[in-house]
Parts: sequence; structure tokens; C-alpha cells
Amino acid sequence: MKLKIFKVAVFLTSLTPLALLGWFALTDNLGANPIEVITHWTGDSTIIFLLITLTVTPLRKLTGWKDAIQFRRMLGLFAFFYGCLHFTTYIWLDQFFDFPGILKDVAKRPFITIGFASFIFLIPLAVTSTSAMVRRLGKRWQKLHRMIYFIAAGGVIHYWWLVKKDIRWPLIFGVVLGVLLLYRFWSTQSLAKIAGRFRRLQVSPVAQKVQSQ
Amino acid sequence: MLIKKPSDIKASEITPKELFLNRRRFMAQMAIAGAAVAGLTSPDFLLPSDARAGEKLANVQKSPLSINETPTPLKDITGYNNFYEFGTDKYSPSRYAKSLMPRPWSVAVEGEVNNPKRYDIDELMKLAPIEERIYRLRCVEAWSMVIPWIGFPLNALIKRAEPTGKAKYVEFTTLYDPKQMPEQRSRMSLFWPYVEGLRIDEANHPLAILAVGLYGEMLPNQNGAPVRLVVPWKYGFKSIKSIVKIRFVEQQPSTAWMKANPSEYGFYSNVNPAVDHPRWSQATERRIGEFSKRKTLPFNGYGDQVASLYQGMDLRKYF
Repeated sequence: MKLKIFKVAVFLTSLTPLALLGWFALTDNLGANPIEVITHWTGDSTIIFLLITLTVTPLRKLTGWKDAIQFRRMLGLFAFFYGCLHFTTYIWLDQFFDFPGILKDVAKRPFITIGFASFIFLIPLAVTSTSAMVRRLGKRWQKLHRMIYFIAAGGVIHYWWLVKKDIRWPLIFGVVLGVLLLYRFWSTQSLAKIAGRFRRLQVSPVAQKVQSQ
Repeated sequence: MLIKKPSDIKASEITPKELFLNRRRFMAQMAIAGAAVAGLTSPDFLLPSDARAGEKLANVQKSPLSINETPTPLKDITGYNNFYEFGTDKYSPSRYAKSLMPRPWSVAVEGEVNNPKRYDIDELMKLAPIEERIYRLRCVEAWSMVIPWIGFPLNALIKRAEPTGKAKYVEFTTLYDPKQMPEQRSRMSLFWPYVEGLRIDEANHPLAILAVGLYGEMLPNQNGAPVRLVVPWKYGFKSIKSIVKIRFVEQQPSTAWMKANPSEYGFYSNVNPAVDHPRWSQATERRIGEFSKRKTLPFNGYGDQVASLYQGMDLRKYF
């Protein structure tokens, strides 16, 4: 029951970026270039939610708080939600459905190519996020959803390649993502695997041959 | 009755100018901070007396070189700026440029000239009759505005300076003072001070002006007070702000953006819809205040007047 209330609270909190954007729009506070503000705002929100989603597992492992996993799907879907808003802003408000222009952009501009690809790869993750799909896909589900690592990296690179000079924000996002990915790399499981591989290498035929010479 | 002669103030008791200005700045900042705490939304009356933005400029003449398009609202021109010295996002300059002190101010004219001179800003403003020039401004980021600048032709200053035969280029430098321009403490943005340049014939073109105001009033800090360059046929970053030095040189100057990213920003930086920025298209632009994009014009629509400056040049190479 308590968890349910907490879930509602997280859901409502996750809507804050959208609520704030709506508030700025209604109070005429989007500045001289509202479309740019909406684009950047929804883009930032997407990356932030991708990073929050990636924080769930380390948080669970480090604190032992098992229920943390209960929030992962919701947070991931919010990343997708803000990604959709960001994408729609680009297609509709920025390009105004100029599809030849959009295709040219996607093909020619690396930062748009990678942003576009990251968004497209988010779609199968969102579609397979239901409990039924998790059951149906079994082990393959986890494999598929590891794509979020590449999607988040794609999002950060997309931002990095877009800025003219001041890379402070993409750098901050990149460092956070780096820490979250490194944690996974160094987490006990992979350490054990690396150690195992190392041991096997030691006793491999080649190694033995080298030793016997 | 004995009338005492007032004693002379000893030189040692006079507050050095630097300290005095610092104190005023400090007090102004405290006042602004206090007002902000008190919840006042517009602490304009507490601004340092040096900020003369908003002061009406007298005897402004109309110019036949103005375009006939609706000017962008003042609040957008003063609220949406690229002025990296105050932060790299476009809302920072209007927030933080209050620390800039446009008085006292002087501009050094030097280098390959017969008449080098350090002009006080008020003297500079009297170099030539000031005019209103309504110009398009096209940012390299693919947005644009229409701005009613107040200023005078740069060539009036050049004439006074009498460049020598060696003066092939003009190099402009922005103030370097991290106390007034806080972002200059950071190396993440650009190499300071900001430097720009023009070829001497570009600088002599009647469209190139030194602007000291907009909308009939003194230039606001965030727009480059007290004096800035305006070259309407080039991307906005060529129009350097808050100028302290104008130097005539023989070699092509290396500008701030060329140093930051030579493959993306060239010396000429003429508005050109046919040559894309490596990372985005320059074919269209969003006029601030409009929803749909419009087509970007070669030389920002000033081709008839300036294209001849670049005859025979490959504009893809000299971007």
C-alpha cells in the first residue's frame, strides 16, 4: 500500500518538467525563441530520465532496497515520453513536417542522426515494457533492454555535438552516465567474470605451451 | 570676523578612481541583491549610475540605408542575446550584464595609422552625426531579428585615423575584465578577450557601423554597451560588442571563433544560405517572433550593396 502511494508520488513528480513547461507557456515566459526553449527542455528531460532509470539498479544494489526495481519501468517510460515530446517538437514546431528537409537533416547532420537513432531504438524498449512482454521474452528481454546503455550514450553525444562551444552540460551528463556504466562494469558479477576469464587464460594451451618452453 | 580658508584635500585622501568605482559597483550589487530579496521585480532604479541604457539619444537622423521591415520588439532584442562574456546561454546576458560599467570608457585606435588616438566614449559618439539604421541581424545559429540600431559609419572613424598603406585589416577587441564580465574567468567557452576583424574595404563599406544605441536609446549592456560593431551582411558574431580597441594591421587577424573552431567559423562569415555550418543548415532561419522559418538571403539580403567586395572569391573556401 505504502509502495503504491510512493509510486503515485514518483509519477506526479516525473510530470514536473512538463508542468513547468506548460506553466512557462501560459505565463508567456518562454522568452524570445519559445520553440528553442521547448526543444531544449524536452531534450534535457529525456536525458535526465534516461540517467535516472539507469540509477535504479545501482541504487538497489548499493542500498539493498529491493523495491527500487518497482520504479524502473515507470521512469524508463517517462524517458520515452519526454523523448516523444522532444521528437514531436522537432518534427512539428521546428521543421513543420517538412519531411524532405527532415530526411536531409537526419542523413547529413551527425548530431541529428544519432539523436534520431537513439529515439528509434527507444521504441522497442517501450513496446516490450509490459509484464506480459517481460514474461514472453524471458532472457532475451534483458538482452534487448541493455540497449538503453547505447541509447543513453547516444543521447549524450547528440547533445555534445549540438553545442557550439560550451560543453559543460553534455559533459556533466556524460560523467554521470560514465559513472553509472562503470558501476555496472565493476559490479561484483562482472568482476567475477573478468577474474574467471583471467584464470582460464592462465591455464589455456597457449599459456601452457609458453610456460613449458 | 575670521573666515577660515578651507583646507586643501590631501592627495592621499582622495579615493583612487579604481576603488571608488569598485565601491559603487559593490553598493549597486548589494542594492540589487537586497531588492531581489525584498521581492522587487524591477530594481532598475538601483542600477549603477554608469548604466545609461534607456537614456534617449538626441538628434538621431533617419538613414536611407534602413530596411523597411518591422523591428523585433525591444524586450526580445534585449532579452535574447549571445554575449558569452556573461554566460553562454541566451538569457544570461540580460541577467548578468549589469556588472558591466559602460562609463567611463575609452576606445584606443592604433596600429598602422597616422593618427592613433584614445577616444573617450562621449567624444567618439560625436565623431559623426548619429543615425538610425534598421538592419536585419542573422545569427549563425539560424535565428534572426530586425534591429533599429543607432550609430555612425565606421568609415568616419577610419577617415580620422588615416590608415597607412600597410593597413590591410582592422582588428577589434572587446574589454577584458573578469570583474565586469564574469564568464571570462572560464576557459570552457572562448579565448579571451573576444577579437574580431574585417578587411579594410569591408570596414570602409557604408553599411558597417559603430552602434551606440538601439530603439532611439543608449545601448543596453547586454547588447554591447557602450559601443559595438554592426556588419549586417555577416553572421552576428562578427559584430563585436563592448569594444575597447580598434587596431589597423597588415595580417589577417585571428578571431575568437576561428580560434575556438577553425573548421566551423571562418574569417569572412558572410551570411550564405548555400554554405551550411558543418553541423546545421544555413538555408533557412527563424525570425524571432515568427512561427515558420523563412529563407535566408545571400549576404543577409544586402547582396546588391556588398557582393562586389567578394568578386572572384570562392565563398565556399572563404566561408
